Amino acid sequence: MRRCFRSVTAFVLAGSGLVAVPPLAVAADEVVQAAPPPSPASDDLSQLKGDLEALRQDYAGRVAAIESRIAALEGHAAEAAAPTPEPTPAPTAAPSAAAGSKVFNPDMAAIGNFVGAAGKSPGGGEPSLNMQEAELSFQAVVDPYARADFFVTLGPEEVALEEGYITFPTLPGGFLTKVGKMRDAFGKVNGQHPHTLPFVDRPLVSKNLTGGEDGLADAGISVARLIPNPWLFLEATGQAYQGSSAIFTAPTRGDLAYVGHLRAYQDLGESTNIDLGGSIAYGHNGVTDDTTTRLLGVDATLRWKPLRRSIYTHFLARGEVTWSRAGQADGAQNAVGGYGYLEYQFGRRWTSGLRYDNSQRAEAPWLRDTGGSFILTFKPSEFSLVRAQYRRTSFADTDSPANELLFQFLFAIGAHGAHPF
Amino acid sequence: MRLLSIVALAVLATAPPARAAVNVMTATEDLADLTRQVGGDRAKVESIARGYQDPHFVEAKPSFILKLAKADLLVVVGRELEIGWLPSLIQQSRNAKVQVGADGYLDASLTAKILEIPTGQLTRAMGDVHPLGNPHYWLDPGNGRRIAKAIADKLSQMAPADAAYFASRYADFDKRLAEAEKRWDATMAPYKGLKVVTYHRSWPNFVDRFGLDVIGYVEPRPGIPPSPGHTIDLIGEMKRQNVKILMVEPYFDLKTPQSIGRETGAKVVVLPPSVGGEKEITDYISLFDYDLNLLVAAIKETGAK
Repeated sequence: MRRCFRSVTAFVLAGSGLVAVPPLAVAADEVVQAAPPPSPASDDLSQLKGDLEALRQDYAGRVAAIESRIAALEGHAAEAAAPTPEPTPAPTAAPSAAAGSKVFNPDMAAIGNFVGAAGKSPGGGEPSLNMQEAELSFQAVVDPYARADFFVTLGPEEVALEEGYITFPTLPGGFLTKVGKMRDAFGKVNGQHPHTLPFVDRPLVSKNLTGGEDGLADAGISVARLIPNPWLFLEATGQAYQGSSAIFTAPTRGDLAYVGHLRAYQDLGESTNIDLGGSIAYGHNGVTDDTTTRLLGVDATLRWKPLRRSIYTHFLARGEVTWSRAGQADGAQNAVGGYGYLEYQFGRRWTSGLRYDNSQRAEAPWLRDTGGSFILTFKPSEFSLVRAQYRRTSFADTDSPANELLFQFLFAIGAHGAHPF
Repeated sequence: MRLLSIVALAVLATAPPARAAVNVMTATEDLADLTRQVGGDRAKVESIARGYQDPHFVEAKPSFILKLAKADLLVVVGRELEIGWLPSLIQQSRNAKVQVGADGYLDASLTAKILEIPTGQLTRAMGDVHPLGNPHYWLDPGNGRRIAKAIADKLSQMAPADAAYFASRYADFDKRLAEAEKRWDATMAPYKGLKVVTYHRSWPNFVDRFGLDVIGYVEPRPGIPPSPGHTIDLIGEMKRQNVKILMVEPYFDLKTPQSIGRETGAKVVVLPPSVGGEKEITDYISLFDYDLNLLVAAIKETGAK
């Protein structure tokens, strides 16, 4: 565990080295400070020398910048002197703060996800106070053909690559292609990172049928294409994975896992829209060399958000149903589960939600768990939120239902991410 | 006769079509109208955001992906105004022409006069600050002219055969805008230095151009909703400085502005910052006509000076 954190520290230090380029000498300073001090006098002297050198470089850089700006201004003046009456020349210079190679550093962000739980749960449930994860993201354009996204999660027990993939957005034929480790395009909730979920936990159906917190996530290739038609937005996605996730385990190299997803979307006016999806996932499950699991899913979402009051109110209704056919040594087990979710924003910072859960267990479909949750979310700003969730769960194998209160603090620093839709 | 017209139609249909219009998507309706002004019938223009919606919080609906997929040119406000929604739309558009940095991607802010470019250290304790400067720069007619010029140049580059057409459309727009500016300057001349309060920092270019003086904001920090403490301070400040005009963008809640108005005797003026913000605001020039009329009426009503 300690080694793991040390390597994270080294990683972060390396990251800060990336951020600071030589003229600023910030990283160098930090390293000097971090190292055990040699004799104080010589240290001071070398520090001074270093500072002077940094200053000299800094000024040389600034003089060069000023010279180039003067040259640019002279250019503009010449333009202005020309007979055609140009509108006032653009007085905007590129932001000078982001100088040198620093501008090519990826957009970075860190998101903290702290979850607390109280009340009785037969299985123990979530820990009382838990730093569930810290997610680090690094995102940037690779070259004229691709961009890359990395999401690293640091949990209490492990450091993992949650996702890390390259995206080719403009391949001929309109094939939006991703290669790397990804969350599978199976339904809605599976593709979401924990911090973008509208609830503290994942629904029972995720836990029972699609791999719980880690969900379906694997290394592979994804291709998505729009299907042109005059009526609606239709996108088909095909994915092939190694077959190494919470559900799929490939016994041999040839036994890939496959995911297919079809999404249909239609605006019903400027405030309302409907979003439908169908998913299929198939692969070996590792029980024996020949057993496979097949998942089928459907999801439906209705959204309402009046444009004139878009920051104050919205309504969302979503349902997802998943069918699982999990091959066992003694034959396949069929299980089904789903959730229904209603969400209403009643203030600029306040959103409430209601979720109903109902799911059989994949390998023991005679056990059916049900549950209900009430969720209240307060968002001080775009970059943090506090959430409380009352959850009542009836587990099939226990007599009395679990009554629990979950609460969550989510906070993000760094680059401004995309708003969820 | 009917036969003749059918023949004529058939001939027309088989004749080489008139040059295809450039298919333009814009982030906002202001950019859409400026594109129409210079593009005329040689540009087919549509905006993603509506004029009455907060441009920071547009939803990245898949229906926009379909529109972006077919665009030849995408004109954006830039300065990170669209950072929460446009990047994912561009990526999913699968359209190489409109990717950031491609020929069909035009950041209208690059030739505009940008205010409030922050200096010194920036933190989000300052609210949702825009590190590249205030993105509401289109509210200065001078910038409208610069944007129109940039769009005309871009259209000419994309459809060189129509360059003369775009140039003459731009010259015409430039002339009409200059005339309108004379009118607006005359309207606003008596109110130079008038103190106002606005809800969000949407108006720096507008007040800079028309000589108003913003002494405070309803938001305690950009993007942070009003707080009781800040509202009380603001009311005190408005009373001290005798501020009678409170400008609010149409997508903000009026509860706090109205209570400030009741306390201070200031008039709450709902001023659309964009084309399409009200039915009457059909183009860039009528945006200023509408807003300045409302403003002057409010100034006269309150006797502000």
